[in-house]
Amino acid sequence: MNFELSKKQQLFRQMIRDFAEKEVKPIAAEVDEKEIFPLENVEKMAKLGIMGIPIPSGYGGPGGDNIMYSIAVEELSRVCGTTGVIVSAHTSLCVAPIYEFGNEEQKNRFLPKLCKGEWIGAFGLTEPNAGTDASAQQTTAIEDGDSYILNGSKIFITNAGYAHVYIILAMTDKSAGVKGITAFIVEKETPGFSIGKKELKLGIRGSSTCELIFENCRVPKENLLGKVGGGFSIAMKTLDGGRIGIAAQALGIAQGALDETVKYTKERKQFGRSISQFQNTQFQMADLQTKTEAARLLVRSAAFKKDSGVSYSADAAMAKLFASETAMEVTTKAVQFHGGYGYTREYPVERMMRDAKITEIYEGTSEVQRMVIAAKMYK
Amino acid sequence: MKIVVCIKQVPDTTEIKINPVTGTLIRDGVPSIINPDDKSGLEAALTLKEKHGAHVTVITMGPPQADAVLREAMAMGADDAILLTDRKFAGADTLATSHALAAALSKMEWDLIITGRQAIDGDTAQVGPQIAEHLDIPQVSYVQDIDYNESIFTVKKKTEEGYQVLEAEAPLLVTVLSSANKPRYMSVKGIVNAIDKEVKVSGVADIEAEESKMGLKGSPTKVHKAFSKGVKSAGEQFEVEEEEAVGIIISKLKEKFII
Repeated sequence: MNFELSKKQQLFRQMIRDFAEKEVKPIAAEVDEKEIFPLENVEKMAKLGIMGIPIPSGYGGPGGDNIMYSIAVEELSRVCGTTGVIVSAHTSLCVAPIYEFGNEEQKNRFLPKLCKGEWIGAFGLTEPNAGTDASAQQTTAIEDGDSYILNGSKIFITNAGYAHVYIILAMTDKSAGVKGITAFIVEKETPGFSIGKKELKLGIRGSSTCELIFENCRVPKENLLGKVGGGFSIAMKTLDGGRIGIAAQALGIAQGALDETVKYTKERKQFGRSISQFQNTQFQMADLQTKTEAARLLVRSAAFKKDSGVSYSADAAMAKLFASETAMEVTTKAVQFHGGYGYTREYPVERMMRDAKITEIYEGTSEVQRMVIAAKMYK
Repeated sequence: MKIVVCIKQVPDTTEIKINPVTGTLIRDGVPSIINPDDKSGLEAALTLKEKHGAHVTVITMGPPQADAVLREAMAMGADDAILLTDRKFAGADTLATSHALAAALSKMEWDLIITGRQAIDGDTAQVGPQIAEHLDIPQVSYVQDIDYNESIFTVKKKTEEGYQVLEAEAPLLVTVLSSANKPRYMSVKGIVNAIDKEVKVSGVADIEAEESKMGLKGSPTKVHKAFSKGVKSAGEQFEVEEEEAVGIIISKLKEKFII
């Protein structure tokens, strides 16, 4: 048992924190305010190998691991939740399933460009009538010669519009229930595929969240990911990995809010002394840092298990559940500590509070995480 | 082209706090970094490598933990690294340090040696020029820019009045300013590879240096007194046009009864 990061992981944390502080933090408020997708920073991250961290060099990745990946999302989210989720959705929901379930030809075709950031990735499972009940898919894929014809729509798709590669789940056999769901790799220019309405959101406002529309969209059979009917299993396993990313995002937001609050409470003076000297501040802050550190251990433990090749589904669910609810609590209290200033956009904590909320919802709500955890307990 | 970059691990002085009672530096928990001028020098070497092709070696003298800055340098793109570490190096002032580095360098091949102008923990700016003197090679200090063309280095040297542009042939030593370059970030792949690379570790015997010139024994510097500078207030900054600036300065000077 060893709770220390390896030298490699420590060096990586130094690098990503340096990058986040110098490149991401200075524009985070503007990214939020003006809903700017930070494309320039995505390009910079791609050059440094941040857009495919756990992928081996044979497929164009830098050959890092999932702990490093979780550190990347944590450190980016510590200063900008938007940037954290762009990397997380790209890596966990598009790069990872192609690496884990794709055939050699698909891996060689898609992974190098995704890892080098020439292409951004996205994932489409959620539909207007298939949210937590993801099995209720209405998008269909009908076999037609050497292709499948997709019809239907997906909603709330992160990175939509900027992404070139989309992992799309669709029903190939309605009578077979979840075993009738198949996964496809759909490229941006595929005829019949278009981007619909862009959502206006409470938080992570710089990330692009849109509807995807498929109208007789012809996807060649070589873009079928995994087996026909194996899509639901791919989607669930992909979301297991995704939850490590979102847990890391939530963790980063919580730590960012704590760091800001430590700084503020030291500077802010009331009743003749800095408010950090009040026991109420110290006790509450101690509780929040303890919860954040517990979240960090859950995130690292889930990432470690993924790297070790053992089952980590419940671990990722626990990490996401605990980290996201901690992020919400920490950021809400961070605003409270900042008082009236915290409610204004002069300080970053209100943004962090808005960004934290989504981590309890996407890639499986907190309720879904509890279902996953309980299902393992009562197996 | 073969380039050797001398780097130093230093405490991040921007993170150092002063014990208000004793007036001494609180070094606990202060992160160690590559000295900023040296990191800029490494960036200059890596830029030359990209433009003209070069083999870049980084070298440092320090305790075994200085391995960390060598790994960082390799993760940025240096090809290999040498760590001079030996209890006999301990307590070295600038002269003993430059003797040790020059001894190690004299056993290597190079066209260009790059050092930072000075280290943020000592601020002497002596080690680079001393190395050049020991090795008896030309040197250009306070370098803002360096380029290479047909075996000639063109070097822009900062002076109090402006710049001098100088040309020099290899072998050459330059000391680089931190303002010369914005050092690149380590890459993920660079980090993954740097961790597995071997760092060559050398002691006094390996570099065949004269022991009497090493460490405390070889250090004529005597510290007369150590004290911390008085804390200055942050001051006021104005971002205004020149004409307006003159007015502000005059009114501030009048406010303080200086004029």
